[in-house]
Amino acid sequence: MQREDDYEIRRKHLSDLDDKELSQRFWSLAQQVVEPLLDLAKKNTSPSIERSVLMRMGFTSLEAKGIVERCVEHQLLGKGAGHIVWRLAQCKQMEIPQAGYALAEGKYWEEIKQYFREEKLSG
Amino acid sequence: MVETLNPNEKLDIEEILENLENYRPRRKGWVWRKGLQKNKLGPFTYTQTSQTPNQSCSLPAAKYFESIDPQPECTVTSEIASGRFEDDLRRMRMAAWHGADHIMVIRTAGQSHFDGLIEGTPEGVGGVPITRKQIRATRKALDLIEDEVGRPINLHSYVSGVAGPEVAVLFAEEGVNGAHQDPQYNVLYRNVNVVRSFVDAAEAKVLMSGAELAQIDGAHNANATAREAWKVMPELMVQHAINCAYSQAVGMSKDKICLSTVPPTAPPAPAVRLDLPYAVALRDFFAGYRMRAQMNTKYMESDTREVTVTHTLNVLLSRLTSADIQSTITPDEGRNVPWHFNSIHAVNTAKQALVGMDGLKEMVQLKSDGDLGKKVRELKERAVLFLEEILVEGGYFQAVDKGFFVDSGYYPERNGDGIARDPAGGIGADTVVPRDDDYFAPVCGHFGDNHVPTEFAENPCTAISGCTLCKPEKIRYIDELDEEDNAAKRLAKSKPYRTELLKPEVEWAGDGVVQVTMFLPASLRVAEVAALEIAKKMNLEEPEVIHKQVMHPAEGTLIELKGKVPFAINAKELIIPPEEKLLTAEQIREEIGQREFRIVAATVGEDEHSVGLREILDIKHGGIEGFGFKHHYLGTSVAISKVVDAAIEIAADAILISTIITHADIHRLNMRRLHELCVEKGIRDKVILVCGGTQISNDMAKECGLDAGFGRGTKGIQVASFLVETRQRQGLDWKRSS
Repeated sequence: MQREDDYEIRRKHLSDLDDKELSQRFWSLAQQVVEPLLDLAKKNTSPSIERSVLMRMGFTSLEAKGIVERCVEHQLLGKGAGHIVWRLAQCKQMEIPQAGYALAEGKYWEEIKQYFREEKLSG
Repeated sequence: MVETLNPNEKLDIEEILENLENYRPRRKGWVWRKGLQKNKLGPFTYTQTSQTPNQSCSLPAAKYFESIDPQPECTVTSEIASGRFEDDLRRMRMAAWHGADHIMVIRTAGQSHFDGLIEGTPEGVGGVPITRKQIRATRKALDLIEDEVGRPINLHSYVSGVAGPEVAVLFAEEGVNGAHQDPQYNVLYRNVNVVRSFVDAAEAKVLMSGAELAQIDGAHNANATAREAWKVMPELMVQHAINCAYSQAVGMSKDKICLSTVPPTAPPAPAVRLDLPYAVALRDFFAGYRMRAQMNTKYMESDTREVTVTHTLNVLLSRLTSADIQSTITPDEGRNVPWHFNSIHAVNTAKQALVGMDGLKEMVQLKSDGDLGKKVRELKERAVLFLEEILVEGGYFQAVDKGFFVDSGYYPERNGDGIARDPAGGIGADTVVPRDDDYFAPVCGHFGDNHVPTEFAENPCTAISGCTLCKPEKIRYIDELDEEDNAAKRLAKSKPYRTELLKPEVEWAGDGVVQVTMFLPASLRVAEVAALEIAKKMNLEEPEVIHKQVMHPAEGTLIELKGKVPFAINAKELIIPPEEKLLTAEQIREEIGQREFRIVAATVGEDEHSVGLREILDIKHGGIEGFGFKHHYLGTSVAISKVVDAAIEIAADAILISTIITHADIHRLNMRRLHELCVEKGIRDKVILVCGGTQISNDMAKECGLDAGFGRGTKGIQVASFLVETRQRQGLDWKRSS
C-alpha cells in the first residue's frame, strides 16, 4: 500500500491533547494491541514451550525433543508434555526420568491416550 | 583449578573447559553499575562515573592525568562474534580490562531457525552456536575475569527464534544475565510464524523475569533494514511499545526492560538534527524503562575513521538525553568479522566520549520550545496514529499481514515496501495448539493457563519434587555431540600459537592475519590491483583489500589490506634487550628543581645539521628544555675544543654533541676527541658526555669513550632521564654554588 503523508489531516483529534494525555493515549492503545496476543499466549502452547517444561523437569534438550515429538504425533501436546510424563510416573509409580525415557522410546502411549479418554491409567 | 587470574598470564582455556559438568553460576540476574555523584579521580571531579575497576587499561592520554581510568555510570557493551567461543573468551578479558561490563555474544547464523537447543561447541558463522557448554564455560571465564577487574560482568545473548522458551530455560539455569527478546524480531526479520512467536515469547519472558535477566528488544533492526532508516522513527516507538506492554503484562519489571535504540542517521546527513528529537520523544514516552543506546550500523562503510566519528556523535546523543547501557559496534564491522582490537577500540570510543562529556547536561540544556519541541511532539503523534491504525485494521496480526512494519515511508506516509507476513505462514506455522482444560505443566516460571492439581497449587513443581530452577542439581549437562567439530579439537590445533609460537592474530588463535596500510600514488582501480601485487611480494597469503579511499582521482588512493603471514616466531628464541626505564617527567623536574642542570650543546665538526639536536633541546618539540635544563647552544660546525671550553666556563653537567656526517668515520673521531679532551682538561669525571645522530648507537658512543649515544627517533625525555639518572648515580658535581 502506498499513501501520501496525511499527518496534518489525521492528527486533528490529537491536537488538543497535552503531552501527558498523548502519552496516556499511546500506552492505552499499546495495551489494546497486546491484549489479544496475551490471551492467545495464555490459552495455547507450542513444542518449544513443552520442551522447555521438560527441561525444567530434568530432561536434556535431546530427550525433551524426543518426548515432545511423540506428544505431537499422538495429538496430546494440549495436555502438556510435562503433564503426560508426570501422569505416567504417578500411575505406574515410576521415577520422572524413567517415565520420560519410556515415552521417548514410544512406550505407554496407547495407555496414556486411554487414560485421558477415561481419566485413569491401569496400574 | 584456577581460582584467580594473574594479569601476566593468559587465560587457561583448557582449564576453563575442565569439570564443567559440575560448574554452577555463582549469581543470577543483571547488575547495573552504581553511579557516583562526585567522584574525585586524579586532578578532576566527575559527576557521571562509577567505580573504577581494580585493574584496567586506561585511555592512552591518561598518562598526562595521573593514569586515571574513569568509567562512565552506564553499562558498556562489547559485542563478541568470532565464531569460535574459545577464542572469544580471551577477547572478553581484553574488553573487560578496557571497560566493558556487558558481554553480548552474537549467535551463529541460522540458530533462530533451529527447532531446539544446540549442544556442544561447534564452530559458528558470524557468531557462535549458543549451547549449554558454551554458556557455562563463558560464565566460568567471566566469573574469573570479573574478580580480576573487580566488578560484575553481565553475559548476554539471544532468546529468539523457534526455540525461545528452551533458550530462556537454559539462560535462567546457567546464570546468563541479559538477553534480546522481542517476538516482533522473529516475525519481521526471521519469518517465524507470528502466532508461534508471541505464544513462545510470553513463556520466555516469564523465565527471564524469574531469573532477573535484563531484556533488550529488537526494534533497532528496523533502522538497519528500512530503505530510509530515519523515516521509521514513529514505527520504532510502536515496536518498543508493543514489546514493553507485552513484557510488563507477563510480569517483567520495568527496570529490566531495555529499549534498543539507535540514532537512525549518520553524517553527511545532519544527524543530530534528525536523531535528537527522536531520542527525546522516546525517553518522554518510555520514562521508567531502560535505554540501551546502540551505535549506528546502517551507514557503516569500511572506513573505520568515519565510523568512529558517527559513533562518537551517537554517544553525544546518549549524553544529551540518557543511556543505561551504551552499546558499542566495532568500527570494522563494515569490512570484516570484527577483530579483537577493533572490539576494544569500540569500547574505548564509548568510554572516551562518555567521560569526555561528563556532566554535559549540567552545562547545556535542550530547548523544548523551538524546532526540537515541535519535532518531538510530531514524532509522538505519528506513533499514536500508527497504533490507532493497527487497531482499526483489526489488530497486530492484520497490520503485519498488510506490511505496516519496516515501511520506509514517514508514517502515515506509506511507500508499500514494508515487510508483510501472513499470520498463517512462516516457520513454525500450525505448531501452536490450544491448552486443554486439564493442561498441566509441573514447573516454575510458566505462563498462562495451568491446571495445577490442588495439592500442588502453591508451587506446581512440588509435583515433581522440584524443577531445575529450584533444584539446579537436576540440570543435565551434555558435553559434546560432534567428535570432530568441537572446541577441544580446535584448541589442540591452536595450542602452539597460545603457548610457544607467536603469530599475529585478529580473530582466532594462530590466524596469522595482518593489516597493511598504504598510500599509492595511483587511481583507485590501479591502486587496488597494485596493492594486491605488493602484498604478494610481501609474501602475504590470501591478500584482500578491505578498505580503499580516493585521496584524489589521479593523485592517489589509500588502501588497507589484510593477508596472512606464512610463518610464526618462537618467542623463546627472541633476544629481548632489557627494558629502558625512564624517569617520569615529574621526577626529572623535581631533581632539576633541587639542583640546576647545565648543558652545553652543539653540532660538531664541519656539520651544518641542526634539526635533530634542536628537537632534543627545544621545549616546543618535547625537548629537555621543558624539564628545566639550562642549555647553552653553540650552533653548528663547532670545534670540539670550543665545546669543551664552553663546558668549563659554565661548569656544565653535560655536553651534548650532534654529528650526522659519517664520511671517513668523522663521527667516531669527534666522539673520541671529545672524551680525550675532557680527560686532558681534567673535567671528564665532572661532565656527562652524550652524542646523538642518525648513525649513532649507544654501543658505538660508549666504545668511543662517551657515556651514551642516541640514534634516530630519540625523544627528549629519554635524554633527560638518562642525564638526571647518571648525575645522581655517579654523584657528578662541580661543587659550584648555584
